[in-house]
Amino acid sequence: MHPTATLKLYYVLQIADNALITAQRLSEWCGHGPILEQDIALTNTALDHIGTARSLYHHAADLYNALTSEEQEAAFTSPALTNAFAQKGKLEEDDVAYLRDAWDFRNVLLAEQPNSDWAYTIIRSFFIDTFNYYFYQALQNSNDEALAAVAEKSLKEVTYHLKWSSEWVIRLGDGTDESHARIQKALDERWAYTGELFLSSAADQAMLEAGTGVDLAAIKNQWQYHITSIIQEATLKLPEGTWMQQGGKTGTHTEHLGYILAEMQYLQRAYPGMEW
Amino acid sequence: MLSLFNKQLYGNYGEKELAGGESNLQNEWPLWEVFIRSKAGLDHKHAGSLHAADAQMAIENARDVYTRRNEGISIWVVESKHIHASDPAEGEELFDPANDKVYRHPTFYDIPDGISHM
Repeated sequence: MHPTATLKLYYVLQIADNALITAQRLSEWCGHGPILEQDIALTNTALDHIGTARSLYHHAADLYNALTSEEQEAAFTSPALTNAFAQKGKLEEDDVAYLRDAWDFRNVLLAEQPNSDWAYTIIRSFFIDTFNYYFYQALQNSNDEALAAVAEKSLKEVTYHLKWSSEWVIRLGDGTDESHARIQKALDERWAYTGELFLSSAADQAMLEAGTGVDLAAIKNQWQYHITSIIQEATLKLPEGTWMQQGGKTGTHTEHLGYILAEMQYLQRAYPGMEW
Repeated sequence: MLSLFNKQLYGNYGEKELAGGESNLQNEWPLWEVFIRSKAGLDHKHAGSLHAADAQMAIENARDVYTRRNEGISIWVVESKHIHASDPAEGEELFDPANDKVYRHPTFYDIPDGISHM
């Protein structure tokens, strides 16, 4: 069991990694969107998430630097990160983003699932945006000032993201036979990744008790209510499966994350400290 | 025969639109004109055009395409086919006659000293 200070670091990383990996996935659409206007909409959203991730990684680096040396040693096992820390004596936001390996990432598995096609991308965003909307609303009450400030700023962006993805679910579901079938298929296949959003990790539990974190059980009902009402309006059927994937929050990822990191981290790994 | 009443629509000059604003490509979303108000008190100004499936999407696309650098506080959209336009071919008879009517500008008055902002 990790000490509370380490769990707080992990908690911030859970939120930050969700934002960064979601951003990385959405930005894959840049230049490939089905229509120019939606291409720009998606990259705008990706940049919103990157902004959130940056603030949180900055905070995470501060939290790490304030740990005791035993806690620092136990927190991460990514060689590049521990080497950078040994050299500089501290971590910065870019180190946290670019020098951790997959097992030190704490995003939910849903975020790293492939774009596949427009329907799969929309469904993933719809699940995540709905979660973020209620999560950031609650996080505004965190006793951690940095987290509360990030939540307040991100909430405006997230409100737009949610509107955008909810409308797309309705458009596709209540659209043509083809679009209806495709979004229903995406909904069915990605459903098993939604349970982890509300699965309480050791970090979730500790931060809820400390007054820093969000009560996931409480926002689960809100999430389900919004998801269900949009799904109904979209004339879609909510999947009945109850078996859920898990692992991301504790560093056990699907194969996809490794490929995302390979592309995202390549430059900093090959040319450490490179700027452009 | 002289065609005196030649109805023109703005969309006639778009690359994909036919007369009347109907798209000639079945799967293309309609074209919309976007007007942005940059701050309170100013007029909405034409910012450009975009494609969208309906008005709601047009406003959101306009938000993403034309206001992401803090350009606006209000958006109007109108489907391009609803904008009636003058015919470029009629430019001579419409606009050239005004060329030599310099007296229509109020520039022939003596303005008393002490009047500013004129």
